[in-house]
Amino acid sequence: MPKRGSAPLDGDVLQGTLDLLVLKTLALGPAHGHTIAHTIERQSDEILQVEYGSLYPALHRLEDRGWIASFWGTSENNRRARYYRLTPAGRRQMIQQAGRWELLVRAINHIVRPATE
Amino acid sequence: MRWTRYVRRSWWDAERARELQAHLDIEIDEHIARGMSPDEARCAAQRKLGSVLRIREDIYAMNTIGCLDTLWRDARFGLRLLRRTPGFTAIAVLSLALGIGANAAMFQIIDAVRLRVLPVRHAEELVEVRITKPRRRAGNFFSRYAELTNLQWEQIRASQAAFAGVLAWSPTRFDLAGGGEVRRAQGIYVSGSFFEVLGVPAARGRVFTAADDRPGCATTGAVVSHAFWQREFGGDPGVVGRSVRLDGRAFDIIGVTPPTFHGVEVGRSYDVAVPICAAGVLHPEAELIEGGHVWWLSVMGRLRPGWTAERATAQLRAVSPGLFERTLSAWFDPDQAKDYLAFKLEAAPCAAGASSLREEYSTSLWLLFGLSGVVLLASCVNLANLMLARASAREREIGVRLATGASRSRIVRQLLTESVLLSAMGAAAGVILARALSRLLVTSLSTGQAPLFVDLPLDWRLLGFAVVMAAATALAFGLTPALRATSTSVQRMMKTGGRDVSVGRGRHGLQGALVVVQVALSMAIVASAVLLALSFRNLVTVDTGHRVDGVLVAELSIGRQGVPDSRLPALNRTLVDRLRATPGVDAAARTAIVPMSGMAMEDTIRVDRGGAIAEGETSFHHVGGGYFRTAGLPLVSGRDFDDRDRVDSKRVAIVNRTFASRLLATTAPAGRFFHIQTAPGNWVQYEIVGMAEDAAYRSVRESVPPVAYLAIEQVADPDREPNVLIHSRLPPSVVRSSVARTIGDLGPGISIEFSTLSEVVREATHRERLLAVLSAGFGVLALALSAIGIYGVLSYLVVRRRKEIGVRLALGATRSGIVRMVAGQSLAWLGSGLVAGGVLAVLTAMAARSMLFGLTPANPLSLVTAGVALAATGLAATIIPALRAARLHPTTALRDE
Repeated sequence: MPKRGSAPLDGDVLQGTLDLLVLKTLALGPAHGHTIAHTIERQSDEILQVEYGSLYPALHRLEDRGWIASFWGTSENNRRARYYRLTPAGRRQMIQQAGRWELLVRAINHIVRPATE
Repeated sequence: MRWTRYVRRSWWDAERARELQAHLDIEIDEHIARGMSPDEARCAAQRKLGSVLRIREDIYAMNTIGCLDTLWRDARFGLRLLRRTPGFTAIAVLSLALGIGANAAMFQIIDAVRLRVLPVRHAEELVEVRITKPRRRAGNFFSRYAELTNLQWEQIRASQAAFAGVLAWSPTRFDLAGGGEVRRAQGIYVSGSFFEVLGVPAARGRVFTAADDRPGCATTGAVVSHAFWQREFGGDPGVVGRSVRLDGRAFDIIGVTPPTFHGVEVGRSYDVAVPICAAGVLHPEAELIEGGHVWWLSVMGRLRPGWTAERATAQLRAVSPGLFERTLSAWFDPDQAKDYLAFKLEAAPCAAGASSLREEYSTSLWLLFGLSGVVLLASCVNLANLMLARASAREREIGVRLATGASRSRIVRQLLTESVLLSAMGAAAGVILARALSRLLVTSLSTGQAPLFVDLPLDWRLLGFAVVMAAATALAFGLTPALRATSTSVQRMMKTGGRDVSVGRGRHGLQGALVVVQVALSMAIVASAVLLALSFRNLVTVDTGHRVDGVLVAELSIGRQGVPDSRLPALNRTLVDRLRATPGVDAAARTAIVPMSGMAMEDTIRVDRGGAIAEGETSFHHVGGGYFRTAGLPLVSGRDFDDRDRVDSKRVAIVNRTFASRLLATTAPAGRFFHIQTAPGNWVQYEIVGMAEDAAYRSVRESVPPVAYLAIEQVADPDREPNVLIHSRLPPSVVRSSVARTIGDLGPGISIEFSTLSEVVREATHRERLLAVLSAGFGVLALALSAIGIYGVLSYLVVRRRKEIGVRLALGATRSGIVRMVAGQSLAWLGSGLVAGGVLAVLTAMAARSMLFGLTPANPLSLVTAGVALAATGLAATIIPALRAARLHPTTALRDE
């Protein structure tokens, strides 16, 4: 159920973190582009709206760097779709980026004291 | 990883398209499952995804390497455009190929002759040791590089401190046959250290060492070149140890040099190398080894590490006085000895080897290079004009592109790509042409007497030159049109669509100026060609003073076996008598010098001028009786040599007109006397018994010197190598065989080398002939280019001015008026071009003054001929466009959009 309290954050703003989100999503298991987008939106309670225009280029970039690998498979409703899975290098990268993200958030939180706990 | 993606990016794009389609399908299914209609579902899905094309483009862009991609696109587009106008493309590529090819050929030859270093170890360390000019040397000179005597060489070898090693060499020719007609091989006399100092190993067997070049050596070994081994011995692997006959003596082959070594002389290749000491055995009468007045060796040294040529020169200068003092020959008279003792040695860098070819042909080669450069320039100017026309025709397209956001540099880049494509094609064809052309040039420069060998490989230097030429020409003729085409405002381009009624002066001013430049350049080339052709004609038709046709020259060499020196005079007499009696021979006579072949003899004499004794220089010619009749040289007064003039009778001489007027100030020298010094202090008196007409002596080029003809019978030295001039009206081949038979009957050990006087003259004028032919070729090319240029630009202008012409016709202009307008434009260009070209031609001629024989640089005939030729070509090229303009119908011209 979408929360209508806050405006949805543009996926484009978090361009660098889109990679992290994709990698994290794929850590749960292989998925194709559509599913990845939906998963991100669902898991963030619709706050993050992924723009498909930047999702596919991001997937292309990640594949280029060798962090994810692709293969053709059949989707839930029996359609041919391109699936992605995390590679070992991607897993390492994901852990690294997640760690850095944690540091960043903590640093920012130190400055911007949270209004509520 | 990027490269694989780049190469397969269209495949990747297809994959993405499929992926995105699959995404859409899934989304649509979801929406339908939620209850939307299929159409609504599709719309919603597509709206959510956004522009599929945009995503695909983004990913495609990620896959490409930006500049490479645009380059590739530009190239494909350019090729398509060029294919659409095959006529233009063909002409452009052809003129570029000819221009670049000619330049590359000249570059290859100049590079091989002047610039490339010898293929030996560290050629930059090599210097030549020679006597500082100016120098007046007296003595006998043999070979093309007669720099030092053997005595001087031995001194240098013994006491040199500046060099890590020294070598000496001298080119020569050997006769491989044992008698009868000669078979020539190019040879070199080399010192023992020659191969070692140069760092040339033996490919088979061994090369000389210092031990091989000992004074007074018996015939030792010979080292042969790879080419000679292949040619004469069929590449026999057992060649080491086989024997080769050189000038009648047997030499054992001790080694073969590698195929890349051709000697130290650029432009020649050697066949056989023998030690210097062998010269004393083969030609003892020339006193090559012991003669302090016999100049025939060339010496090179390899500098010690860290030494420079200047330092070596200083050291050589320090040892010079002692060296020349020790080698002073008793043969010199006091004045000559004084000159000799003042000589100083110097060291000059010679990494590029020695080359008489270089000196002889240096100016010619540079002249030809310059001409070919100008031809290429003219062709670029031509192309620039044509490209301007093409670009103007595409104004609308360029306007559209600029309007939709292309940057100016992008469009300039695309226009330049077309030029680069043309240049690349032209250069590729040019390289092929250059190889054929340079080979042809070397073959035509080669003569029977002087076979030329220039190594012309297809290497990076040639290709590099071609690439540079291609780039330079592309920029030269592509940049300006490209910049021009994009310089006008977009609105103007779109509005007029390239078809203005009023023709702006500015744009077409440039094209007109280019035509003028082209005509000027062509005028310079054609005028130079005419000048060179005239020079050649002058040279060939110069009156040599004697008969040239029908004179056979037989250079004989009498072998040593069974013919001691004492028998030689009688044998020579018998030879001439028998030859005179040979059927078909009209006249025959001996001569020591073959006229016009570069041989000469000079000395100082004393003459009696009205009581006072004066000294003068004169040239000499030792001839037998009947020479003047054989050579067709008229005897103006007095008598010819005959049986009265023998070794024991009084010395007589015949002089030529120049001798009589210059040295005796008379026209009737018969009865006068002069003295020749045969030994220091000993002057022999000669009585003049006749006067001959002036005739060419050493070369047809030089003016006639004073000549004293002496009776060959009275010359003391026994002649083992007599030359005989034979006059016959029969064809040369017939005479040759009967002469060969006659001489063969006399003895088996006599070798003969035939040539004809006309061949001698032709070889002497070789250079001029080559220049005339080649520049004529360039001239024709220049004319063709001018015609194309004028025709192209004029046609283009007529097309552009159709509306204007239509308006004029509609307003009452006559057709002849239109023709006059078009032709007037062309004539204006031709006029200015001819004037500018005339000036350029005179300047060029002045620079190449040394090439011209009997002409002044500002020769009016050449300028007029060239001007007429160009004007005719230009007018011919004007006819079609002018007529086309005249045949325009005003309504069609105006209506045509």
